[in-house]
Amino acid sequence: MKVEILNPAVEFHDTTVSYDRKPVLWNIDMTLPQGSLIGIIGPNGAGKSTLIKAAMGLLPLASGYVKIFDGDLDEHRKRVSYVPQRESVDWDFPTSAIDIVLMGRYAHIGLLGRISKKDRSLAMDCLEQVGMQAFAKRQISQLSGGQQQRVFLARALAQQADLYFMDEPFAGVDASTESAILNILRNLTQEGKTVIVVHHDLQSAAEFFDWIVLLNMRLIASAPIENVFTQNLLQETYGGKLTLLSEISELIKKRNIPSRENY
Amino acid sequence: MDDIYIILVASLFSISCGLLGSFLILRRMAMVGDAISHAVLPGIVIAFLISGSRDSFEMIIGAALLGLITSFLIEFFHKKANLQTDAAIGVTFTWLFALGIILISVFAGQVDLDQECVLYGEIAYVPLDLWITDAGLNMGPKALYVSAFILAAVIIFLSFGYRYLHITTFDSAFAASIGISIGLWHYLLMGMVSMTTVAAFDSVGAILVVALFVVPAATSYLLTRKLKSMLLMTVLLSFLNSFLGYYLASTINGSISGAIASTSGVFFLLAFLFSPIDGIWIKAIKRNFDKSKNTSKTKFNKIFKE
Repeated sequence: MKVEILNPAVEFHDTTVSYDRKPVLWNIDMTLPQGSLIGIIGPNGAGKSTLIKAAMGLLPLASGYVKIFDGDLDEHRKRVSYVPQRESVDWDFPTSAIDIVLMGRYAHIGLLGRISKKDRSLAMDCLEQVGMQAFAKRQISQLSGGQQQRVFLARALAQQADLYFMDEPFAGVDASTESAILNILRNLTQEGKTVIVVHHDLQSAAEFFDWIVLLNMRLIASAPIENVFTQNLLQETYGGKLTLLSEISELIKKRNIPSRENY
Repeated sequence: MDDIYIILVASLFSISCGLLGSFLILRRMAMVGDAISHAVLPGIVIAFLISGSRDSFEMIIGAALLGLITSFLIEFFHKKANLQTDAAIGVTFTWLFALGIILISVFAGQVDLDQECVLYGEIAYVPLDLWITDAGLNMGPKALYVSAFILAAVIIFLSFGYRYLHITTFDSAFAASIGISIGLWHYLLMGMVSMTTVAAFDSVGAILVVALFVVPAATSYLLTRKLKSMLLMTVLLSFLNSFLGYYLASTINGSISGAIASTSGVFFLLAFLFSPIDGIWIKAIKRNFDKSKNTSKTKFNKIFKE
């Protein structure tokens, strides 16, 4: 199941990525629409994080190419933001929340530029949007997991990008952080920005996203959510493992998601 | 005057080492500093054979190159051969150091270097090696100029690179995603580490230079949770270590570099015990406090309920 669109935010063309010559992603070929909240779903080891790392040029491609806004990543770097997994960094690092958010401005400032008052007030605004303004000066080691994730999100907002790649932003966060993050992501897409999220939980995926990419080392589906959450496709992605599958498709039916013709 | 020269040279070197060492320990690369300090030996010997002098520009370049090769080899063995980082470090630096030892022993006649001097250094000789201009003017110890030059280079490097070192150290994937070259900053840092090591090894030796890199930085890591104050505190500690270490050595008439390293160890121990953040003493107090608070709470609840 694959829906192709014109004028995509991201285009993967026959992309293959390997670790130590062993391919972990095979021939990914798809176009992802602008202005959507897109979920990349699949079992553990499916290559979800690898996919967005490859799109960000953090991993070498064995073959194929990735186009961002119909161009090279380097042309559009300032329009693209990447949020790594929270666990990928050392939260004992001696630095404060506001310093992390200011990192979002580095690409705009350059090597020799100064951090201006404007950058600082923008960083504070971003912290406020994620409800963390009271923690600006707080050392990051003193933040809870959910708060750390909010700080990462604030840094991404400070980049003022048009395209966001986020690696598991909902992993291990409390319910209030989850809904706060979801609200922000929805606001971003309402402003016409594209948000691509690696996500592991099928159940919430059904509620969160409007476009789903099903992945298990190869591409199984990339389409608006109502076309994707079918028993067959989910079965194909997860194998026979999921007893939840039928429940979820029931859930989808109940929610009665309207089909979208505008893609 | 000799005292002041020695303390000054020791402080300048330890401050340079400590500043770079702060980034090394945050990158979990403290032992890479150790590796580089040993592996530069063949570079020193070869540069010495070419240039014929022990405090030449060629020597610093030769050693800096070897330092870069070392960190490249460590990465290479780790990534390409899937060897653990510590094993890769162990293989690389011992092999290069051994190569240096062979070179020294083979060219012993031509090289004014011996293993003892390489391993332990001798900072007490600093005031003896003077820079005397052609006109016969005594400009003071050469090491003073070298150490001041190195510190200036380190400070310039850090003030330009602070932001990028900060971001590549904390979150390398994010740094790469905004187009910062991780490799460039890694090798720039390694180049600075090698240069500093080689300039300092004459005075403090290849073994104790590691103490200058790691111990003050690790001590201030225990004392603060801010990168800038960690760097400032490292500078202060490096100076204190050199100052107190020198007087300790002259009181007991022992090795100066040994005394400096021992002093820094004592400061580390003090920080470990009494740090306001992580000190085990403060933790014990907090635990007792919480306990008493909890017990008084339960008492209160009991009374309240009754």
